[in-house]
Parts: sequence; C-alpha cells; structure tokens
Amino acid sequence: MAKIELSFYPGCSSQKGATSSNYLVSAQTMCEELDIQLNEIPDWNCCGASIGYGGGGELPRLTLSARNIALSEEHNSGQEIVATCAACWLSTREAKERLHEDEQMFKDANAALSEAGLKYEGESNVRHMVEVLVEDIGFDGIKSKVKKPLEGLKIAGYVGCQTNRPFGIAGESFENPQYLDKIVESVGADSIPTYEKKVQCCGGALAFSEPEKSQEMIKGIIEAAYDNGADMIVTPCPLCQANVEIYQDNINETYGTKFNMPVVYYSTLMSVAFGRSATDAALNGQVIPAKKLEEIANK
Amino acid sequence: MSDLNTAMIEKYRSSFLKEVEANVEEGEWVKMCMQCGVCSGSCPLGKHWEHPPQEIFMMIRAGKRDDVLSSDSMWMCTSCYNCIARCPRGLPITHIMHGLAVYSKRLGLTPQKQPTAEFSQIFWDNLMKKGRVNELKLGLSMYFKDGFGQGIKNAMANQKLGQNMMKAKRMNAMEFFGGHSVKDLSGFQKMVKKAQEIEEGNIKDFK
Repeated sequence: MAKIELSFYPGCSSQKGATSSNYLVSAQTMCEELDIQLNEIPDWNCCGASIGYGGGGELPRLTLSARNIALSEEHNSGQEIVATCAACWLSTREAKERLHEDEQMFKDANAALSEAGLKYEGESNVRHMVEVLVEDIGFDGIKSKVKKPLEGLKIAGYVGCQTNRPFGIAGESFENPQYLDKIVESVGADSIPTYEKKVQCCGGALAFSEPEKSQEMIKGIIEAAYDNGADMIVTPCPLCQANVEIYQDNINETYGTKFNMPVVYYSTLMSVAFGRSATDAALNGQVIPAKKLEEIANK
Repeated sequence: MSDLNTAMIEKYRSSFLKEVEANVEEGEWVKMCMQCGVCSGSCPLGKHWEHPPQEIFMMIRAGKRDDVLSSDSMWMCTSCYNCIARCPRGLPITHIMHGLAVYSKRLGLTPQKQPTAEFSQIFWDNLMKKGRVNELKLGLSMYFKDGFGQGIKNAMANQKLGQNMMKAKRMNAMEFFGGHSVKDLSGFQKMVKKAQEIEEGNIKDFK
C-alpha cells in the first residue's frame, strides 16, 4: 500500500488533556500501522462545533472553517483535509459547500480572512477519517494488517449522527449504515448489524444544557447494546463516545440501572488488533475500562 | 408579470415570511415546506418542542412572528440532521432552526435562561478567547452560570465525573491557567470581528 499523506485537522477535543485525547492517540497509532501520514494544519482553530451557531451566527461561524481550509491550502498544499471529529468534519465540509454555492458569502468570508492575511480558495476535499479507511484502505486492507484478531468480542457499532448525516459515507444509507459493522468484522470481532440504536442521537452538545433529556436518549443507546449481548460499544464520534461513556453513573442513579458498558473508538479496536500496546491504543483513557481489549493487548 | 400584479403579490405576502427569507440562515427555503411532518416525527427531542419544525414553518407563513421568535422550540435542536436527511423536499431544516434561534436571540426575544441558548453563547465566547475551546473553563462556566452558590452545588454533584475524567487524563486542571490557543490570536480575532460586522450590516429592518 502506498503511503497516504493527509492534511490533518485534529480539533479542540483531541488536544492534550481534553475529552477525546484518547481518540487522537489511538488514531495516530492506527495511522502509523496503515502508513497514513497526518500533517497537522498549522495553527488551526475551533470550527464552532454544532453549538457555536447560537453565539456565532452564520458568516462568523463559516469563516472559522474557511480559515482552517485556507491554512491547509497554504501549508499542506494539494493534500486532502481529514478530520477525526464528526463536528470538525461536518463544519469544515459544510463551510466549503456553502461558500462554493453562495458567491456573496465567499466574498464576505474572504474579506474577513484578509484581516488575518489569509485567502480562501476552497479547492481541497474535506474527508472524515472513516472515509479514508473505507474508500482508500478498504476492509480487506484493514484485515491484512490484523495481528491479534479480536476473537470472541461482540461489539455494537454506534455510528451516531454527524458522521452519518447530513453528508454520510458514500454508498451508505443514512438509516442503516453498515461500514462500522464491517470494520468490526475486519478486526476479527462479531458485529451486531441489527443494533437498532446505531444512528440514535445522544443529545450532542445538549448533554450539557439539557442533561435529563439527553441522558434519557443515552440510556436507550446503552440498553440496546446490552439487549443485543454486546461486550462494548464502538463509535467514530468524540462527542458520542464521551456522552455514552461518562454519564453512565448519572443514568444508573436516575434510572436504577447497573450500566457499565465500555465505549471505544474504531481506532482503539484497530490499534489493539494491529498488535499495538494498550497505551498506544489509549486504553488508559477509558473512564469505563475495556477489560477484554486490555487482555488482548497484553497477551 | 405586470407591475400591478407584482405589487399585489407583495401586498398579500406575509411580511414575516419575507423577514425570515431576508434575515434567517437558509430562510428562503421555508416556503418549500409541504407540511408532511416527517421532520417533527424524526426529531430525537420532538416531544419537547412546543412547536415542532413542521408547525414552525406553517406559523411563519401564517405571520405568527412573536409566537415563533419567542418560542424556545428551536433551541431543542441537537443538530442530529435527521430532519435534513429525511425531508422529501430537501429543506436544510437543521440550519433553518439554528437560523431562527440566532435571529430570535439577536432580537432579544429568546426566553430568559433558556439553557441551550446560554450554553451556545458561553461556548462561542469561550472559543473566541483563544481560538480553541478550553473545555475546563467551558464546564466551569456552565456550572457557575446561575451564580456562585449554584455553581458550587453543580460542581459537587459532578465531582465524581470530573475525577473520572482527570484520572483518564481527559480533563486537565492546568487548563484553568491559559490552556491551548491559536498562535495568531490577534489575526483570528480581527477576522471574526470583521465577519460579525459584515453579518450585522446585512440584517434588514422589518417592522
């Protein structure tokens, strides 16, 4: 497999000491094994995520992503932009499409960017890491790198919202995407294609502002994983991961449940299956330990 | 079309619809809603909307300006994009709801203490300070948004969660003293200020 070089937008939550720093560690490990080189966009900024709209409005919000694209085109010229975070990917791609469709918005964004000495062209492709896995590496490509198959593990593929809608992964349906299950199978574990909560919303940013309403939905996501006999949940989204993992204590208190369901990233599974250590797979970043993965990693 | 005809059309058109088309993100799509209700049925927090999206679209066309703009319905949007994925006519419903929420806030019509409206502003202000989100300060700002006493209560109630995150090295107390930042902060802030000025300048006066 030829080396793949990408202009990488890691996003705020992946930074050291932030909620999905474990995602970054495992994604980097995964990319090392797949010969993917991630060239970080120099001086990238926050994309506004899915909640910044209320303070930022339209043009200021879109300009945030335009700055990242402009920086990528200036410093990582000719490389496709890739994000691991669902909201980062969505915002960047949305900004690109909107500025492409709307000539005035394109001019206005450039007027704002010129204040920072930047110019937006918007020629780069904006992709999510799972697109690179599915389209460039392929399931067989993933399979060929597996040294320790995750045999005996049953894993519920929780795709969530923003990796799936509105853009989604080419060739997949919005209502019943299959690629995450195929990744699970590729690393030697058992998938649950009929996991009915695979695209259920976890509340997203409203987990902070409307905790009761969100936790009711999160409860359903975890309950369905138990009902399907899952050992753990896997997800491609940092906010899904955090929301479904870290509020299990609160949900247990509210609903009298006894949830203790590990929630990991696809990159965690792949790092372990590719034979890397528990630390390289960032298993030490779990709030609810994924003991069965630790056992395989430590074998 | 004759000038008279055009004038009559303008006269009978709802001025609130025109206002939404002019001032709300993707507002020009509102007239395309065919009232099927798929959006309302698809919304994960649908049961919490006083007026679900389908109803909001009809209310806009019926000129119910105050009822729409002072509703907290739009703030129930979790940005899950189910409605966009399913709308038979391809309305960018998520963005229209965000746009209505922003417009209502800009006009000062959002209900006081609407938690998502508050969080959204806190999030934006947080990212404006350094160009990147400071998660620790974001959490603290949410805990303390209703005063010091309530803040301490909230922090105590979530103490275990915080400890869990610190242990997993996914929360860092040192973020309180600075934290991550873009290097060209002054360029970043000038850029956003300019974008805000342009956007303000594009708002058209109605009523």
